Amino acid sequence: MIKHHLTEDLLMAYSAGALSEAFSLAVATHISLCDECRAAAESYDAVGGAVMVSTDAAPVSDSCLSNTLAAIREADTETPAPRLTDTVLPSPLAEYVGGGVDKIKWKSAGMGVKQAILPTNDDAVARLLYIPAGAAVPDHGHGGLELTCVLQGAFRDEDMRFARGDIEVATEEVDHTPIADISEDCICLAVTDAPLKFKGWLPRLAQPFLGI
Amino acid sequence: MKEDNHGYWIDQMRRISENRDEDAFVALFQHFAPRMKSFLMRSGSDNALAEEIVQDVMTTVWRKAHLFNPTRASVSTWIYTIARNRRVDLIRRQKRPEPEDLPWGPEQEPDQTDLIGLQQESEQLGVALSALPEKQRILIEKAYFGDLSHGEIAAETGLPLGTIKSRIRLALDRLRHAMS
Repeated sequence: MIKHHLTEDLLMAYSAGALSEAFSLAVATHISLCDECRAAAESYDAVGGAVMVSTDAAPVSDSCLSNTLAAIREADTETPAPRLTDTVLPSPLAEYVGGGVDKIKWKSAGMGVKQAILPTNDDAVARLLYIPAGAAVPDHGHGGLELTCVLQGAFRDEDMRFARGDIEVATEEVDHTPIADISEDCICLAVTDAPLKFKGWLPRLAQPFLGI
Repeated sequence: MKEDNHGYWIDQMRRISENRDEDAFVALFQHFAPRMKSFLMRSGSDNALAEEIVQDVMTTVWRKAHLFNPTRASVSTWIYTIARNRRVDLIRRQKRPEPEDLPWGPEQEPDQTDLIGLQQESEQLGVALSALPEKQRILIEKAYFGDLSHGEIAAETGLPLGTIKSRIRLALDRLRHAMS
């Protein structure tokens, strides 16, 4: 049962095609796991369709139609190949990783935390994070928006708990220290506006205080 | 007018997917291509790029006609999503990650009640959009026309950000109200 959802702004921007690739990946990942946000995104698509057909028609050249007719006579039906699936990674993520969790190329970020940066063609950064059960997410600096979607395990932030499918929408004003649940190692997708800068000392400092 | 009737376009899609009917395709092209082109040009494409995208999108409509599911989306919504993805791809040179597909039974016959319900909703949505006060409608359009964030819409229209957000919210509330 998903408790933490996308904002209307993000859903509309995704539907309008206005989000960058990395943020779209976070939105698509959450929607893959959340029927409520999927339904909302589809209604925003319907608004987009209504906006498109209500636009005043612009004359299209005759060659555009004749070229299109030539193209459809050359190519018949096209059925896309089945998409990659995985029990932990929804299709959009599995496609970036090239398979399931075993295909993730983790790099150590210290304190047992691992990360894998996914190749997106924009300024924002999408990364998978692996946080051992009970560990704090390393403190990191980020400028603007941060979206974090849980794929395995859970983490707590203040008095809120985020489990599989939940998405945390954090802005720079939010001062947060997410901590992975003790029960299971946590894997999540985190997308930020600017590259993260891990500060290795903070989790080390925070852990004794947090009684981990 | 038959062009405003969503059922009419669903019939054309069926003729395309089942009979590979070029007349139905030309009818679809003549209705949707000029609107899509205008939409793309208002999103910042020049004439040549807009026509290139129109040609690509309409070719995809032909090739993927068998994947169109009238109980999931209206024809205009389906074409819009193809055009949007092509725009992101060509203009921004980025991929657009799509959610995992829902497990649909491929053999499933569309449920008539769902089908009619969706057609009625789509028609209501078009009416509700055109009935919005002009200022709200323009903001909704701007949100879909371009890579414009609310902040950029504010810069272009000279309206303060808070007003933009509340107008878009108001417009969406009105649309929802009109649909319920």
